[in-house]
Order: sequence, then structure tokens, then C-alpha cells
Amino acid sequence: MSFAGSDVISVADFSREQILHILAAAEKAERGQLPMFTSRKVMAVLFFEPSTRTRLSFESAMQRLGGTVIGFADASSTSTRKGESLFDTIRMVENYADVLVIRHPLEGSARLAAEAASPPVINGGDGANQHPTQTFLDLFAIRKTHPRFGAAGEPPLRIGFLGDLKYGRTVHSLSIALSHFPCELVFISPPSLALPRHIKEILTDRGVACVEGERVEQHIDSLDILYVVRLQKERFADQLEYERVRGAYVLQAGMLARVKPNLRILHPLPRVGEITTDVDRTPHAYYFAQAGLGVPVRQAILALVLGLV
Amino acid sequence: MSKKEQHTTLQVPAIEHGTVIDHIPSHATLTVVKILSVLEDLVTIGINLSSHVMGRKGVVKIANRKLSPDEVAKIAIIAPRATLSIIESYEVVKKYTVTPPDVVEGIVRCVNPSCITNHETVRTRFSVAKAEDGGLRLRCAYCERAYDQEEIEIV
Repeated sequence: MSFAGSDVISVADFSREQILHILAAAEKAERGQLPMFTSRKVMAVLFFEPSTRTRLSFESAMQRLGGTVIGFADASSTSTRKGESLFDTIRMVENYADVLVIRHPLEGSARLAAEAASPPVINGGDGANQHPTQTFLDLFAIRKTHPRFGAAGEPPLRIGFLGDLKYGRTVHSLSIALSHFPCELVFISPPSLALPRHIKEILTDRGVACVEGERVEQHIDSLDILYVVRLQKERFADQLEYERVRGAYVLQAGMLARVKPNLRILHPLPRVGEITTDVDRTPHAYYFAQAGLGVPVRQAILALVLGLV
Repeated sequence: MSKKEQHTTLQVPAIEHGTVIDHIPSHATLTVVKILSVLEDLVTIGINLSSHVMGRKGVVKIANRKLSPDEVAKIAIIAPRATLSIIESYEVVKKYTVTPPDVVEGIVRCVNPSCITNHETVRTRFSVAKAEDGGLRLRCAYCERAYDQEEIEIV
């Protein structure tokens, strides 16, 4: 299986075998078993909106593979301020780099960039749409905490999602990627922030067993993974409604009394109060370790699209 | 021809040469006319005609003109059950039901204001699938949002 020259735009473009191939390469990266580039490779990071974590982990990953990095961290220093189109910007930058990583506030921008550019384009987040490398990172975290995940004949994992499931793009991408694997998905949110219909349709079409609920206490004891995302205040039209429901979506250590020993709690970070700090000290907390997987996963993706492995 | 069909024919006069688009959802009839940009052509329009299959339907008759493949694709998106009849000397020489294409390019506007296609000069691209209710669901290739056919806007 070769990824050389491929774009990484949306998890919807990846098959089960391709996802497992990326995770296998990430395991090699983590063990320091990926080779280094023998010729000088340049990665351009084109971040039209700020992101510290994604940009730094991409830069770290490229440098660990022996490559170099050019780019910008916000659009204010680019000619897009002069009115240059994204398409033209990409056509210009493609001459300077072997791989492009783009983050842009508009949905579909990474797909357009991939159509404009000859070198591989990696989507570092396009508005509320996709953030595929975060999803591969999340899948790698699930694989690390449940090593038999993805193996043939394994019983399905029961994976819960808690918080704002309507606008949380990491939830959308991860649930679609999980549809390739035996699992049962439990979506826990206020009704106004439930999983959107177009995502539910994809999961239903692929035969994924889905449950929806409003109370985490009713489901947490049966879960193998709980993926928590922020409830964002600005998503509520009625601020009183926000104040009323937010307490029901805060995970506390006391709620973990009867959970499965192998339950692991994931979170794409940053958290803003939706997991209390007493959870950090339980063996179930995995979110900080999860964040550390960003570099090997991005090393794996860069190595694959640049034909290093 | 049934009595009801004869009655319908009387409501929308026959044409000597041209194209008849039948079985259009009534609410979409004027959109079909708009798609065809028929400023120069003789067009007769029937809306809310009774139909065995649809209850109410629309019919559009355009004299002295055949439709381009692009126009047929557009009609198939907003009226997936429409039938097209080619008329020569008052006779139907060809009749077929439109088939929605799997992919439509450059004919539907994405209604997501945050989609890149509304900010750059991009030829839009949508994949087309049958929805559970028999209608169509269109998914934007760029922002990946899916829409019911009632929600979409023709370019």
C-alpha cells in the first residue's frame, strides 16, 4: 500500500486498511523506527488561522524526520490581505515545498488547495469540517489503550461521546472513522447539541450501532472509551440554558466509581472545565498522553505521503 | 389516453415542435422555467395540475427547442421524477424519465456560507444519492455538508 503523493483531506476518503496502515506507521514512529529523509525535504505550513498545537506538532514531526519547515502562523502576514485568492496562494507556494499543511477557517479550503497543488496537501483543519490528523491521533490513542482494537474477531468497543456533538468536528470525523471498526457508539449531549443528521446518516448507512442519550451517568459504566468535548457557551442562543445544562456535562472523579477498569477518557484539548482536575489522578485519564501522540502520528503521515515508508 | 390525461392536455395547449417536461413537483415548476432561461422561446406553464402519481404536478412546454444535457441534469436535480417528451409535428417521437446524475458540477450552489465555494471562484461539485424518503441528498465535495433537494439552490 503506497500513500506517496496522496493528499490527506478528509477521514471519509480513507478505508479501514489505509487507517490501520497509518496507525502501524505511527507505532514505528513512536519506537523511533521510521527512517530519515536522505534528500532535503521542505514542508510548508500555511496557517490562515492560529493553532499552536497542530502547527508545532507538525513542525516537530517534520524536523524529527530530518526535513525543514517554512510557512506562516496567521494570515495577517500574507498576500491574502491584499486580496489574493487561496487558489493563487497555493499555486505560488507549491513551488517552494514538497508537502503543504494547511489550516483555514473556510470549510472545503483544504480540498481546494489539494486541487490547486501538485505536492501532497494535508488538512490541518478546515473550519467546522475536517481535521483528519486529529482523528488519526484519536484512533491511535484508542489503539494504544485497547491494543486489540481493529484486530479481526474482537468484540466491539463501546465508545461514548460527551458534550457538544453538533459542532464538534473531532466527534464527526472520529465517529465516521470508527464506522470501519466493530464498535457501538453512544452519543451523550443536550438535545440542542445532538449529533447532526448528515453524520447520523453516514453511520446508519454503514450499519453502526448508535445510541443517543442526555445523561452520562446512564451510560458511563458500560463504556470502554469516553471521548469528551467542550460545551461552548457561544453555541447556546439562550445563556440561561447554557448555565442550566453545563453542570450535567462536567465529568468528575466521583462518576467513575463503577466504570470498567479499562475505561479510558479522551479529550482533544483544550479543556475548559468539562473534566474536573480530580479525574486527572485516576487511571482512566488519558487525555494528556493522547496529546503527546500528535507528533508520531504526524511523523507517520508525513513519511507516508512523502514516500519515505 | 385516460379522461384525466385528456383533461390535462386541454389545460396546457399542445405544441407542434419542442419539448414537454411533465411530472414536475408543482412547487418546482417555476424553477424549471428559470433554469431553462427561456426568454426567447414560447413557453406554456401548468401548475397544480392533477396527477395520478403525484397528486399535483407541474408541466412546462417549450416550443421549437430541445434541452442540452446540462439543462436535463439541472432538471433531474430539482424534479427527479420528471419526464421529457420530444415533440415533432404534434407527435411524441421520444419520451424518457430524467435520471439524476451521480455527480453534478457547476449547477448547484452550496448554501453553507462558510463553504470555500462561496468565497473563491470554484466550480461546485456535489455527489447525488437517493434519500430514504425517495428524494435526493446532495453532498458538497468541498465542505462535505449534505442537503435535501428542497434546500439546494441552482446556480
